[in-house]
Amino acid sequence: MSLRTSLKALPTMLRIGFSEAVAYRAEMIIWVLATTMPLIMLALWSAVARTGAVGRFGQAEFVGYFLAAFCVRQLTSSWVAWLLSYEVKQGTLAMRLLRPISPLLAYATEVLAGIPLRLLVVAPVVAISLWVVGAGAVPASLGGWGLFGLSLVGAWLVTFYLNVLLGTLSLYLESSQKLMDIYMVLYFVCSGYMFPVEFFPPGVRMVIDVLPFRYQMGLPVELMTGAHATGPALVLLAKQWGWVVGLGVVATLVWRRGLARFAAFGG
Amino acid sequence: MISVRGLRKHYQVHKRPPGLKAALRSLVHRSYTSVKAVDGISFDIKPGERVGFLGPNGAGKTTTLKVLAGLLHPSEGEVHVDGHVPRLREEAFLKKIMLVMGQKQQLLWDLPPAETFELNRAIYDVPRPQYKQTLEELVSLLELEDLITKPTRQLSLGERMKCELAAALIHRPRVLFLDEPTIGLDVSMQVTMRAFIKAYNEKTGATLILTSHYMDDVAALCPRVIVIDKGQLSYDGTLDALVQRVRPEKRVVLRLARPVDAALLESLGRVVSHEPGSAVLQVQQDAVNATVGRALSTLPVTDLTVENAPLEEVMSELFQEGKARRAEAAREAVPA
Repeated sequence: MSLRTSLKALPTMLRIGFSEAVAYRAEMIIWVLATTMPLIMLALWSAVARTGAVGRFGQAEFVGYFLAAFCVRQLTSSWVAWLLSYEVKQGTLAMRLLRPISPLLAYATEVLAGIPLRLLVVAPVVAISLWVVGAGAVPASLGGWGLFGLSLVGAWLVTFYLNVLLGTLSLYLESSQKLMDIYMVLYFVCSGYMFPVEFFPPGVRMVIDVLPFRYQMGLPVELMTGAHATGPALVLLAKQWGWVVGLGVVATLVWRRGLARFAAFGG
Repeated sequence: MISVRGLRKHYQVHKRPPGLKAALRSLVHRSYTSVKAVDGISFDIKPGERVGFLGPNGAGKTTTLKVLAGLLHPSEGEVHVDGHVPRLREEAFLKKIMLVMGQKQQLLWDLPPAETFELNRAIYDVPRPQYKQTLEELVSLLELEDLITKPTRQLSLGERMKCELAAALIHRPRVLFLDEPTIGLDVSMQVTMRAFIKAYNEKTGATLILTSHYMDDVAALCPRVIVIDKGQLSYDGTLDALVQRVRPEKRVVLRLARPVDAALLESLGRVVSHEPGSAVLQVQQDAVNATVGRALSTLPVTDLTVENAPLEEVMSELFQEGKARRAEAAREAVPA
């Protein structure tokens, strides 16, 4: 679809997506409650830190880390894999394919449109983090904010493209549900969502660093809480955006090829 | 406008008998069969035509529509719609067409239909003045005034279908594919939908292809029908000619002032039904005039009409013929 058509339609798509997110407000609250894992992990790791720091993490650092993890999760999460898989199975993807706009763009705007509502949850959490941790809860400089912002956008894109890839596999496999379950487990363990990735032993850490999961969660959290100097931060960002480009290309190719297999079941 | 040559769409379907043993076996070895949903059909449709796709369940009608709309990629054959290859899903193509499926919806479930209309305006890049005019026309013709601001989930099926049709026409498609558009609707709503669809075709000159199990839809809307059976084209022509071919007999419907003897009716033609105040006779076409004359002179007739056999019966007979032909062909194919 042409960029011009897409850009012209984008504001209306976002507005209507927001209206839908508001209509599903109960679902949104349940989703927020379901993503409170960082708060549980915070309680757990704070208890551990009471007897002594874990690496560079004392109680205050854990508060800063897990509240940042909660915020990053709210702002980067995506449900496109499940939605796409469902729509492939039900055949309702057909209704999206009939429109002269990329279904992937439509999915993206639906996810993005939910962010303003999530900010209502994120803002007080950031305020609490600032109150408990102090200035270290957020980037210290404008440049730091810039790097954090870039990592947040990168994390959103990596998560979105992984979701597209997993959802699109429904066009190739009879069910990609189990793959999604495996993905979620890997995400929880390897991304820094349940504990900082630096807690992994060095050998495992090397593997974690080349997988995409850290760039979905750990990196933005680390940059929000000032864990890296500018140089190492830029290296990590380059790796993250490498994943963005790589996954973007692969997801788009798999999607395009997969459409030839779409059976448009039902009706 | 539409050209289809040797269209084939085959699916690989995983087959598995019921039971635990079969389930376990399917883990290591799966058998697939090829299902020929559409098996080599060709036809042309001129701009502005209204064509009905008819066929029993699983005949390949909807598959053909989905190929024409670019949703399915053909296994073989060439398909062109207004100069476009549908499977490429070019923007210009998608802006010219719309597929309305009675069993699928594009309306946003929790928002009022007005929001879907607005979304379609943006996506199809419809200029504001044109959108306003089209919407006013649609709202007026389909009587949507009170509906478009209610959440879609609170609308009845008929109301929803009217809004669905309006949403499909916001960008004034030049080719409209309708797959069972009146399914589940009450009779009055079916009549409204048919009248609207016909008016849209006459006003805009849009090409219209319809599949429906309601023969009244086809009779009211489609001068031409294409019959597909087991993925193959078994008839392409006018509806009248199809009726003439399958059921050349006419039906004489009689209203009677008083009950009459069955033997008297049987002397006039084959009695299809007989009740105290009415009777239906089936007679050869060339005997209609004579039968009518004799009926009027010998029976206490208060009203008389001459009709074709009901379309449902015609189609049923046509499909039975096809089934019998295939069975015969299969028998001949088996070596003695």
